[in-house]
Amino acid sequence: MANNSGNMARSFLQVASTEEVAPSLRVVQIEGLVILKIIKHCKEFSPALVTGQLLGLDVGSVLEVTNCFPFPIREEDEEIEADGANYQLEMMRCLREVNVDNNTVGWYQSTLLGSFQTVELIETFMNYQENIRRCVCIIYDPSRSNQGVLALKALKLSDAFMELYRSNNFTGEKLRERNLSWVDIFEEIPIKVSNSALISAFMTELEADSPITQCDYDRLQLSTNPFMERNVEFLIECMDELSMEQQKFQFYYRNLSRQQAQQQAWLQKRRSENMARKAAGEDPLPEEDPSNPIFKPIPEPSRLDSFLITNQIANFCNQINGVSGQSFNRLYLMKALQDS
Amino acid sequence: MAASEHTALQFTPVLSSSSLLAKVHPLVIFNICDCYVRRPDQAERVIGTLLGSVLPDGTVDIRNSYAVPHNESSDQVALDIDYHHNMLLSHQKVNPKEAIVGWYSTGLGVTGGSALIHEFYSREVPNPIHLTVDTGFRNGEGTIKAYVSVNLSLGDCQLAVQFQEIPVDLRMVEAEQVGFDILKTPMVDKIPSDLEGMEASMQRLLALIDDVHKYVDDVVEGHTASDSSIGRFISETVASLPKLLPSAFDKLVNDNLQLCGYLDIGGFLSD
Repeated sequence: MANNSGNMARSFLQVASTEEVAPSLRVVQIEGLVILKIIKHCKEFSPALVTGQLLGLDVGSVLEVTNCFPFPIREEDEEIEADGANYQLEMMRCLREVNVDNNTVGWYQSTLLGSFQTVELIETFMNYQENIRRCVCIIYDPSRSNQGVLALKALKLSDAFMELYRSNNFTGEKLRERNLSWVDIFEEIPIKVSNSALISAFMTELEADSPITQCDYDRLQLSTNPFMERNVEFLIECMDELSMEQQKFQFYYRNLSRQQAQQQAWLQKRRSENMARKAAGEDPLPEEDPSNPIFKPIPEPSRLDSFLITNQIANFCNQINGVSGQSFNRLYLMKALQDS
Repeated sequence: MAASEHTALQFTPVLSSSSLLAKVHPLVIFNICDCYVRRPDQAERVIGTLLGSVLPDGTVDIRNSYAVPHNESSDQVALDIDYHHNMLLSHQKVNPKEAIVGWYSTGLGVTGGSALIHEFYSREVPNPIHLTVDTGFRNGEGTIKAYVSVNLSLGDCQLAVQFQEIPVDLRMVEAEQVGFDILKTPMVDKIPSDLEGMEASMQRLLALIDDVHKYVDDVVEGHTASDSSIGRFISETVASLPKLLPSAFDKLVNDNLQLCGYLDIGGFLSD
């Protein structure tokens, strides 16, 4: 009897002491309500960029987003910062009273043509990550949605990148060591949409009987030139920035090699001096001299910016690919119509 | 709050001379349903405020809403007014143009308690709209109705408050843009990508063209009675295809194709 309870006690302790391994986030489940709210907020203030908070539940490998609320456009004033925090608390308190999930799971922001990979995004992520174990950022692009595409993305920073960012060390070798390249910074998580039964009943009923919808009108529109133009403009700007970053690196490497050459020369001189001193029977001088400016290590420029720019370029290219695909389809359709 | 002294009447046909129209955005319906699903167990219905604006032609544009906690018994209704004001202030910090335009409640029809609440809201805004959303599907369908209140008086003496129904325009344009498929089903596994959406649109267009083709064939063969207005419509549509010389059209198409092709290749190379 005692043996049995002894065994049980041991196994309970074992269970209590083993750490729970959190399953990795595999999918984000958003409610239709949240999508409509995000679209409304981003569209109303377009082209200004806006943000808001996401509320929901963290269940296993699914992150459920059940509600959200927008943030007011923040001024750069000091006292309005406190107002912003008050607003957030007030909203969360009020929503809790009507039984909305009171749990922050991330934030959403609007973007212009997909240019959202900035250092601010990473910093916001790090801030959120300190308080919440799992958070996600939803990016919505109102300009692309005018083309009939629902441009909604769920992003999170990869764990490896977060560790590296905390140590604030973006040198080339560290990155090579971890095998981290620019694709590994952001992870895109697939989105599932869910709706309560009540609202799907209403929507089924309210769906207009017409066989063609606004969505189709948007998609079959022939003029995509302005959109393409802006995309290419942004792409060119990014290329410029990338070339500037590369110039910075070239400068650094040139300085580094020059410094190394100087160090070698100095070392040679020191060694020959030491030989002479040994011959004269005096103590040799040390072979290092930290006070000499040529031994000062030159800081390597951080690779973070170039990674982010490369990410943006990839995004723009993907968008252009998508739009050209659509345009091809439309043009062939037009051709067929004309021929017949 | 004291019991009501006024009686509430309800008229269904729109006989009034007012041309008031209420436009409701799909987000409002979503909000109301979500609040109803999350209501506390003892509450039978959900009450909340409607936000929006009044357009220059008199139409009331209802764009947003939020629920307000309330307590209801057989003849008394208590509304959490502080909560209502706090939420209003919070919402106006984000969007100062959204003002109170009325209130909503779930359930079919207007009850006695609604008159009191309507009176409260008429102190906030001159002519509030009362929206009812039947979440119980009592008529076999989800009825959404809007009412305004009209005072019935005999001389100087006020007799009653009458709820008159006004037409509701459910603007589903935004929902259409998102795609009804995503909003209609209880679970969608992934958001369709650009090309999949394009494919769906083209299939719909193809189906429409097939239908029109069949109709024309039927009329020509005498199976269906011809309708001259439809015929005119079809001929206008076909005539609206711009009449370009085939060479000019080819050049236009090829130019566009080339442009798309270059950009595509550029995209691939930089990847």
